[in-house]
Amino acid sequence: MKEAAIRRLLAANLLCVLSVVLTAVVPAFFWDGFTVLGTHLTWLCICSGCVSTFNILLHLVLKPNLSPKRSSFAHKISRFLKCCIYFFMSCILFHAIIVLYGAPLIESVTETFLFAVLLSTFTTLQCLCMLGPNIQAWIRVFSKNGAMSIWENSLQITTMCTIFGAWFGAFPIPLDWDRPWQVWPVSCSLGATFGYTAGLIIAPLWIHWNRKQLTYKSR
Amino acid sequence: MQRWPVLLFLAWVCLLFFAGIGLFMSGFLLTRIELASSSSCSDPLVPPPWERQSLPLGSCWAPQRFSKAVLVIIDALSFEFARFNPTKASPLPYENKLSFLHHLATSQPRHARLYRFRADPPTATMQRIKGLTTGSLPTFIDVGSNFATYAIQEDNLLAQLVQNGRRVVFMGDDTWEGLFPKKFFRSYFFPSFNVKDLHTVDDGIMQHLYPTVDSGEWDMLIAHFLGVDHCGHKHGPDHPEMAKKLTQMNEMLRSLVDHLGNDTLLLVAGDHGMTDTGDHGGDSEKEVNAALFVYSRTPLFGTGPPEEPEAVAQVNLVPTVALLLGVPIPYSNIGEVMAELFSGDGDAVSAALQQLSVYHINAKQVDRFLHSYSLVAQDLPAEQLQHLQELFSSAVEEHSQLLAQVQGSTLVPPELESRLGSLISRFQLYLREARAVCTQSWARFHPLRMVGGCTLIAASCLLCYVASELAASSDCFYRSCLLYPLIWGLVVTVLLGLAHAFTQEGLDLLLMSSWAAAASQLGFFWHWWGRHPKRARLAGSQPPLASIGLRQRLREWLGLAFPMGILLFRCGAMFSDSFVVAEARVAPFLLASLVMLLVGKLHWDGRLTVPEGPKQQLLGFSSYRREIWYLLCLVAMLLVCVRLSGFFHQCREEILQCRPSLFLSPLASLRNTRAKNLFYLLCVALLAGLVYAVRSWLRRYGNLNSSDPLVLFVRWGFPLVVLCIACYWAVASSADDSLGKLQELVQVAVVAFPWAVYGLASVGLLLLLCNPMTVFAKDTRESAGSIVTPYLGVPGSEVNFLHVIPQIYKRMQESQKSCLERGNCRATIAAYGLGSVYSAALVIALTLLGFLLMLLHSERLSLAFLLLFLEAFVLLHIHTRARGLAGDAEPFSVPWYAVISWLLAASQFFYSTGHQPIFPAIHWNAAFVGFHLDHSTKLLPAVLVGANTFASHILFAVGCPLLLLWPFVCEMPNSQRKKPKKESREELQEVEEHMMEMRLRESPEKFSTALLQLGLKYLFVLGTQLLACVCAAMILRRHLMVWKVFAPKFLFESLGFMVSSICLLLGISLVMRVDCAVSTWFSQLQLR
Repeated sequence: MKEAAIRRLLAANLLCVLSVVLTAVVPAFFWDGFTVLGTHLTWLCICSGCVSTFNILLHLVLKPNLSPKRSSFAHKISRFLKCCIYFFMSCILFHAIIVLYGAPLIESVTETFLFAVLLSTFTTLQCLCMLGPNIQAWIRVFSKNGAMSIWENSLQITTMCTIFGAWFGAFPIPLDWDRPWQVWPVSCSLGATFGYTAGLIIAPLWIHWNRKQLTYKSR
Repeated sequence: MQRWPVLLFLAWVCLLFFAGIGLFMSGFLLTRIELASSSSCSDPLVPPPWERQSLPLGSCWAPQRFSKAVLVIIDALSFEFARFNPTKASPLPYENKLSFLHHLATSQPRHARLYRFRADPPTATMQRIKGLTTGSLPTFIDVGSNFATYAIQEDNLLAQLVQNGRRVVFMGDDTWEGLFPKKFFRSYFFPSFNVKDLHTVDDGIMQHLYPTVDSGEWDMLIAHFLGVDHCGHKHGPDHPEMAKKLTQMNEMLRSLVDHLGNDTLLLVAGDHGMTDTGDHGGDSEKEVNAALFVYSRTPLFGTGPPEEPEAVAQVNLVPTVALLLGVPIPYSNIGEVMAELFSGDGDAVSAALQQLSVYHINAKQVDRFLHSYSLVAQDLPAEQLQHLQELFSSAVEEHSQLLAQVQGSTLVPPELESRLGSLISRFQLYLREARAVCTQSWARFHPLRMVGGCTLIAASCLLCYVASELAASSDCFYRSCLLYPLIWGLVVTVLLGLAHAFTQEGLDLLLMSSWAAAASQLGFFWHWWGRHPKRARLAGSQPPLASIGLRQRLREWLGLAFPMGILLFRCGAMFSDSFVVAEARVAPFLLASLVMLLVGKLHWDGRLTVPEGPKQQLLGFSSYRREIWYLLCLVAMLLVCVRLSGFFHQCREEILQCRPSLFLSPLASLRNTRAKNLFYLLCVALLAGLVYAVRSWLRRYGNLNSSDPLVLFVRWGFPLVVLCIACYWAVASSADDSLGKLQELVQVAVVAFPWAVYGLASVGLLLLLCNPMTVFAKDTRESAGSIVTPYLGVPGSEVNFLHVIPQIYKRMQESQKSCLERGNCRATIAAYGLGSVYSAALVIALTLLGFLLMLLHSERLSLAFLLLFLEAFVLLHIHTRARGLAGDAEPFSVPWYAVISWLLAASQFFYSTGHQPIFPAIHWNAAFVGFHLDHSTKLLPAVLVGANTFASHILFAVGCPLLLLWPFVCEMPNSQRKKPKKESREELQEVEEHMMEMRLRESPEKFSTALLQLGLKYLFVLGTQLLACVCAAMILRRHLMVWKVFAPKFLFESLGFMVSSICLLLGISLVMRVDCAVSTWFSQLQLR
């Protein structure tokens, strides 16, 4: 059972990685002059859009967290609206944190905001898909021994890897190498993306190595 | 409580660090003193009158040979680039490119010659330009009259030319603009900073060079090409671009020679060479090996060129050019004339006579310089100077004899020639030895000393860490870890002193102190190691315990990893010039990350959530404690503070698009009156707000009730200080011309108000030292009644106190409660503010210091200071909360993350108070707050400027003990909140809870250990940063940016370390002083 679940997780995560890779490669065929570095803002939009739709689709198909009780249509709508509001709020929050960390306040607002959207896509959206707009569950998942399934474990790992990737992405900015990827926010968004993909790949492996130690509490 | 051992231990550790810094500095920083005197035409150095008569018009000291000169400086023109080897079949990209020079030298051997041009380290362009014009050996710090500008203050070739009415035209590298402001007749500067740009400077020069040469409106033309150097930095020498660049230079020289007249001397020189990677700055063979090429249309040399090109020192160019152009040699020149250029067309004897006369002038000038230098500074060894003096006087004596004989024509040519030759070689010997002596003391790194200093600092860091771990655990800590090492150090000092006394050598204080420091460190580690195996054996006898210990230790290490990781990043950032340049953004980034990580870790550990009850566990939900919102608000506030403090930044020239903050300029420079008034009002209002905040804090903890002089000072003196500062700002920022008649009054006020602030602040600090108790005791007992009845022991004994204090506390609590509840008071003492007596003293001291430092900064930086206080306050609260939430931590030890965040905030505010670790960014105005442009001593302005520069270091270091005290101070609100929840047994608990800082007095041993531990941790973190700087400076001493980035950073960091450590000692001793006062207070209470 567990092995099968891990394999399912691996497949899902690899598909996610593939979607990220495709966003960097495919648009170049349709649109002349598209590069991740050159037309970074476009790429940011495409990447967040694709990854979010892909994730939503994936979760609709796989349904890793089967809710025991069936809910009404109105309930679903309210859940969906709540999710949208949460996502928007997380974008704003990420934007604020990024600015507090030293990003320019007035110049390049678009860049900063799109970067925040990307971060939200990689982190908040996953949480929303997996756990729904349920803050208590979020709090539980992001603490030690809080994960209750391999999916939640994977969520922990990808989220942390994304955040750390973005954090490390800020390191090369002051260097005087004059590379195009040192411009704000290219290095950070690339860092976040690499962190995310790394997290997606690491998560199943890590769970596989530690499958003996991982015992999940039942709900 | 052991007060003296703690202070002594910390002072000893500080001294160890100082010894390390001193040793490193003596090996790394080459210093020299600049002399202000300059040569002039009428100096009595000039040759005897019979030669003087033959001097043509417009010549000084020696007859002018050329009326014009063109100096082409090709930056980083290594000798390898300039030499031409026709036999080479497949030359490298940089070889055999300057074919035109070779062509000139072979076709006209008496007109042109190539030399090896030996540059003196440091081989950075600015230092080389200084060397090429002053004829001296510029070191990193040329101690001159003015630090604020890079302009050359010493006598130099350009100054001499201008002084003698020559027109100097310059084109090229704009470094010269800063070095020689307003010296040029005409100038075309091009930006030199962008190393990636190979062509702007060269093309710009080429555009102006030939028209300028043809116009003839110049006497000296200097063209400084940068393309070769930039090409080296960008691509390295072994690159096709370099071939292109050198070919371009070759063509440039070819057409330049066509434009020259017969009376013009052409010099083509490289200021330094380059390494295989294209860098320079150090003293390796490739870096110092530059090229010099001399050419003129009239014959220059009496003989043909030697086989192998001769090597000449770079400084030799200065006297040569000066005398060839007929101007005096610059005062501080230590170069030797290139005599073969003076031989002229005549026969051998007249050529030798001519050479002799220039040598004579040169030697006299060098002797004069050495004499005046030795009067000012002692860094040239006396016995060598003595030896030089003897050489000089004997040569001069022989010279005058010889001249007399020549005049009497008693000598025949062969003998005359040989005597002339020997005399010339004696002068040469003198000049070379003089230069060698100077070089030895000014232009050499001492690698051994650098490594030694580095090792000392590293060992001191290790010692701090070990001691901070050890202090808590061991019993006879001071004896084995302080006394014995000190004895070791003293023994070594005495031995070295004796050795010196026996060998009669000069006593080098620095070396001796470093040996002593090393010995005492060895002593410490020896004793520590001696105790170590015992512990291990003890642990070994109980295997299960050991394994638990191991696991615990592993967990501890993991816990340490996160604050230490941040520290590691910070230290790593010191090794890259870009990160040092951007440190103003690095420190806040790391601080924010540290705090966020702290919160994240607390969350991960589940500390922020309410412990799960059975019901919640079923649902799988968790909810936050209520304190979490408080903590999150604090973190948000900290982040906002950190971000806002970024608005007060100063710029470095390395960041091109940077604009310095508007807040740095004084209010007086604002044109807009309304904005000025608004800013003024804002500053004053915030200042008043600070006083209000401090007073309300003190009032809240009951420290403002007593009628002691200190409390009175806080009540009335603080507003007075603010008033004085406000008046000073008003007077200083008012426009000068608008006041008219009141001018004199203003002059007085500008001096009087700062002095009033100085006076008031020092009165406050004195009061604080004399009686730091801010406790109001209300004695309501009857005369006969004693507070604590069961006490009959000998009053004053330490054991007694230990027992008494808690009792007094309980009594106070009870009395308060009974007063409230029953309305009748029993006989007790009520002491207000005893629970925060330590912090209150520190807060008062910090506020006073803050006022003083604000006065030294420009008005609007007071906003930054308020942010500083706010951020420190928020940090303390976060620390307290995090500690409360983490639970299990030992209350008497301050965790590493707190110390590291405190120090990160200190370095963040170094930048946010408008400073940068470069010399032009120092706020020199601070020296004149309260003084009218005159200082009798140098000490006072140094103190003022130092206090201004290291303001945040001072404040944070003095406030460091607050990290220990604050959790105790903040106990009270916690317990009050808990009160309604817990129903039973709260009586007893609450009495315990209200102890606050008196908890520290309950266990004086632990208190003193905790202070020592805190100090050691602080010194460890500071020392690690310093170590990173030192290592960066040592390892990267060949780096392009070493003199611009790393060396100033190292200087500022080490000065900051000294200031911080001294202030830390002061802060801790203030706490001890309060502790003394509390002890006496209790003993008096008991006696009553």
